[in-house]
Amino acid sequence: MVELTIDGVKVRAHKGTSVLEAAREMGIVIPTLCYYPGLSSFGECRVCLVEVVNGKRSTLEASCTLPVEEGQVILTNSPKAKKARKVVVELLLASCPTSKTLQCMASNMGINKIRFKIKDRGCILCGRCVRYCKEQMQSGGIGFVGRGTSRRVSTAFGVTPEECRNCGGCQWICPVCERACTADSLVNGLCGACQNLAPVETCQICVGCSESVGPGGHTVY
Amino acid sequence: MKRLKSPVELERLRSRLARKRDRHRTTVVTSVGTCGLARGAGEVARAIQAELVRQNLGESVDFRATGCHGFCEIEPVVVIYPERIVYQHVTPADVPEIISESVGERRVVQRLLYRDPSTGDEVVHEEDIPFYSKQYRLLTDDIRLIDPHQIDDYIAIGGYSALVKVLFEMQPEEVLEEIRQAGLRGRGGAGFATVRKWEACRRAPSHNSMKYIICNADEGDPGAYMDRSLLEGNPHSVIEGMVIGAHTMDAHEGYVYVRNEYPLAVTNLGIALEQAREYGLLGQNILGSGFDFDVKISRGGGAFICGESTALMASLEGRIGEPRPKHIHTALKGLYGRPTNLNNVETWANVPVIINRGAKWYSKIGTKGSKGTKIFSLVGKIKNTGLVEVPMGITLKEMVYEIGGGLVDGKPLKAIQTGGPSGGCIPASLVDLPVDFDKLAEVGSMMGSGGMIVMDESTCSVDLARYFTKFLTEESCGKCVPCREGLDRMLDILTDISEGRGTEEDIDLLEELGGVIKDAALCGLGGTAPNPVLSTIRHFRDEYLAHVVDKRCPAGVCKELITFTIDERKCTGCLICARECPQNAITGQKKKVHVIDQEKCIKCRLCYDLCQFDAVVIS
Amino acid sequence: MTTKTSGSVERIVESYGRSRDSLISILQDVQTEYHYLPEESLREVARMLDLPLIQVYGVATFFKAFSLEPRGKHLVHVCLGTACHVRGANSVLDEVKRQLRVEPGETTEDMQYTLETVNCLGACALGPIVVVDGEYHGQITPRKVKRVFNGRVQAARA
Repeated sequence: MVELTIDGVKVRAHKGTSVLEAAREMGIVIPTLCYYPGLSSFGECRVCLVEVVNGKRSTLEASCTLPVEEGQVILTNSPKAKKARKVVVELLLASCPTSKTLQCMASNMGINKIRFKIKDRGCILCGRCVRYCKEQMQSGGIGFVGRGTSRRVSTAFGVTPEECRNCGGCQWICPVCERACTADSLVNGLCGACQNLAPVETCQICVGCSESVGPGGHTVY
Repeated sequence: MKRLKSPVELERLRSRLARKRDRHRTTVVTSVGTCGLARGAGEVARAIQAELVRQNLGESVDFRATGCHGFCEIEPVVVIYPERIVYQHVTPADVPEIISESVGERRVVQRLLYRDPSTGDEVVHEEDIPFYSKQYRLLTDDIRLIDPHQIDDYIAIGGYSALVKVLFEMQPEEVLEEIRQAGLRGRGGAGFATVRKWEACRRAPSHNSMKYIICNADEGDPGAYMDRSLLEGNPHSVIEGMVIGAHTMDAHEGYVYVRNEYPLAVTNLGIALEQAREYGLLGQNILGSGFDFDVKISRGGGAFICGESTALMASLEGRIGEPRPKHIHTALKGLYGRPTNLNNVETWANVPVIINRGAKWYSKIGTKGSKGTKIFSLVGKIKNTGLVEVPMGITLKEMVYEIGGGLVDGKPLKAIQTGGPSGGCIPASLVDLPVDFDKLAEVGSMMGSGGMIVMDESTCSVDLARYFTKFLTEESCGKCVPCREGLDRMLDILTDISEGRGTEEDIDLLEELGGVIKDAALCGLGGTAPNPVLSTIRHFRDEYLAHVVDKRCPAGVCKELITFTIDERKCTGCLICARECPQNAITGQKKKVHVIDQEKCIKCRLCYDLCQFDAVVIS
Repeated sequence: MTTKTSGSVERIVESYGRSRDSLISILQDVQTEYHYLPEESLREVARMLDLPLIQVYGVATFFKAFSLEPRGKHLVHVCLGTACHVRGANSVLDEVKRQLRVEPGETTEDMQYTLETVNCLGACALGPIVVVDGEYHGQITPRKVKRVFNGRVQAARA
C-alpha cells in the first residue's frame, strides 16, 4: 500500500493502481475517453490529465497511466489541469465534431467555441475498439495503421479479417458512436440536431447540446 | 587475423602496428565520408590509388581513406603526411600533379591550397586552417588517422586500451565513479547525467542477468550529422565505449540502432564489429577476461520518433514506434521489459577517453555544469560549414565568426537555431552566450544533438517555425491528441500567417496551444515540438506581426507575401530569364527591359537565381 | 503487377530465424527484393511469423521507408533537412515536381521515377541535395535540376 495526496486528502492505494483508479475510489471523477475499465490503459486522449506537484515545479500526466507512488501530490482540478483539458477537448471536437459525447463534455467544461480548423476524422483514435478486439475477444483483427494525422483504425488491406467474430464490440465500445441520439424527436428540450444520424443544414460545430432551439437548427454563441 | 586471448597479446600487436606506422613514411590521405563522396571524393580516392601505381610509388607511399575531417566546405580534401599539407576541392584531374609534385618532389601545389576567405592568406598545413583553431577535437581528431575498415589503425593509435583497463584493472564501481567525476551528460539531446542512467541499470534487479545496452544512432534532427560522421569515421570508439558500459552494467547483449538513411555508417560499423570479433575484442570471453558481450546492428525504418528511447525499443521488438510514458524507467524495464541502458553515439565515444585520460583531466574541459566537448554541425548561411568539436562554454560568437568564418556574403547574423525540431532560435543579440546545456535552455532553446543552423536576414522566422512544425506533424506517431491534432492545427495557423491570412489573435493562439501541447503530450517529441514556434514568437514577435498586420514578409521568403519584379535600371535585356521561366511569365525583347507578369508568376525564384546583373528584386 | 513466388520471402524470414523481433529488418529485405512490399509478401510474412496480419500491416504503413505501392525504376530523393531548407530546397522540390509532374510519394505514369522527400541525409554542407538512385547531387538550384535528370525524363516520354 502506498500513501499519496489527492486534492489535499491523504489516500491509501495498492501498488500498481493508477492515480485515476485511486481517485475514483475516493469519489473524485476525472473525465476520461480512451480509458475503459477492464482494458489496458492507453494514455491517448489526455483528457484525464492531472497535475503532479514536485516541490516548486509540476507536470501534467495522464492519470490513467500514472502509477500511484508514495508521497505523490496530485491535483485533479487545478487551473493548469483544467486549462489543458479544455484545449484537449477543443482539439478533439475539431477532429470529431459529430460526437455527442464530445459535445456534452465540451458543454460541461464551458467550451463554447472551436477556434481550430475542423477536420472531421470520424474517430478520436482512442483505441478502445482495438484493445477490446485484442484483449477481450482475443481476436486482434483490427489495429492502427499509418502515422500522424494519417493514423486510423483499420483492418489489413481494408478487408474483413479472418479473426473477426462479428461480435459488434468495436461499435459498442466506441465513445464517439456511444450515444446515438434520436434525431427525430425533441425530448425535454434537447436539440435533437446531433449529427450522429441526421445531416443538419446549419453549421456543424454545435457545442450547445443543451440549448433548445428546435429541430434543424441551433445557436452557436 | 589471430584472436587475441589476453591484454598482453593486444599490447604486443599494438607495439608491432605502431612500429609499422612510421611517422616519417609518406601517406596520402583523403576523406571518403558521405559528404566527401557526394562531392566526388570516391573518384579522387580511386585516382590517387591508380596514380601511385602509375608513378611506381605503390610500395614506398601509403594511401589511407579516412572518414570526415570536419571541414566539409573544402571537400574533397587530400592531405599529405608527414607534413600534413592539405589541398581543397580536389578533382581527379588534379591528382597526377599532386602526386608528382607533393609526393615525388615534396613541393606544394599552390593553386590547390586553402585560402582564408577573410584574409586571403594561403594555408599549407591542415592544423593551421583557422576553422580548426578554436576547436578541441577530442573525439574527432582520430578520424583523420584511421581507415574505418582497418581495426589495426585504431589499435595502433591506442584503441581498446581503455577496455583493457576496465576489464583487468578496475572494478565496475570505480568505472561508475570515473563517469560521475567526469560529469558526462548525454549528448543525444536531453543532457541527462550519464552516471545516473548507468547506476540505475547496474543496480536494476534482473532475471538471468538479461540486460541490454543500446546505442542510439537514429540521429533524426535535420541538419545534424555528427553521429553519422563518428560511426563512419571511427566506429571502434563507439564499440569500445559500449563494451565498457556493458561490463559496468553487467549486460551481455547490445544493439546499435542506426537510421535507415545512413547506409555507409551501417556498412562501416558492420565491418568494424566483424573485425573486433575476429580479434576477440567482442563476443565470448573478451581478451580472456571471461566477459561475454556482442552487438547487433538494427536499421531504422524512416521514423524520426524512433530516436525516442521507448519508441526505439518498440521498433527493436518489431512493433511500431509508439512511445510509452516513462513512469517506470527503461533502466528498470526497457527492451523486452528488461533493464536497458540507452545512450547516444557521441556519449559512448566519450567513455574510452574518460577512462584513458581520467575523470580529473576530462572535467577540466568545459564549464561547471557541462563538462567535456560537444560536436556540432555548423550549417546554414555560414562560410565554413562542417562538423566542429568545441569545449563546452565557448561562445556562439566564437563559433560563428572565428570557427565559422562569419556569414556568407558578409550579411549580418539574425539568429542561430539549435536543438533541431525540439530547440529554438537564439537571436543575434545573445551571440555572446556560452554554449552549454543550461545556458541554452535558459534562453528557450536547447543543446539537442548538436545541429546549429546559422540564419541571416534572408531566413524568415515564421517560415522556419512552419518548417519545423511541418516536419514534426509528418513524424508524429499520431498516438496522443495534443501532438497529433495540436501540432496539425499549429501548422494550419502558421500556414495562414505565412500566406497572409493570419491575425494577431493567431499569435496568441499559437502561444496558448503550444503551451498546452508542451504540458499534455505523451512523449518528448510532442513535449518539445512547440519550442521552435514559441522561441521565434518570443524573440521575433515583430516579424510575426509584420506578417499578420502588414501582410509582409521582411525576409522575402513567404511566397504569398512577396513579389518578383525586374529593376529596369539593372536589366540588360539578355533574355535569359524570359527563356527559362517555367510559366513564360517574363516578356521582353533583346536589349529591352523585361517585365514579369504577376498573374503568371509562381515565385519559383529561377529568374532571381539566373540573373547575373541582380536585376530581379524581391519585395 | 504480379508478384514473384514466395520463395524469396520464405528464404528471408528463415534467414532471421523466424524471429518476430526482426520484423522490420525482414520487411526491409523483402522490399529490397521486390522493390516494394506486395500484399502477398506481407501475408506470407505474417503467416510465417505467426503474427496477426494487421500487426505486420501496421508496421508496413508506419515506417516511411516502406512502400506498399510499386515504385518506379529510378528513386529520386529530395532532401528537406533544415540546412537544405534554409538554402532553398523548397524551390528545388517545386522544380523537380514540375519536371516529373508528380507529387512526393508518387510515381510517374511511365513507372520510371518515384519522387520522395527525405528529412536530412546528413550531407548538409552540400545542400540542397537531390539523390537519384543513390547518387548524390549537391548544391542544386532550380536551374540545375534539368541537368540532374540529364534529359532522361524527356527521353523516357518519347
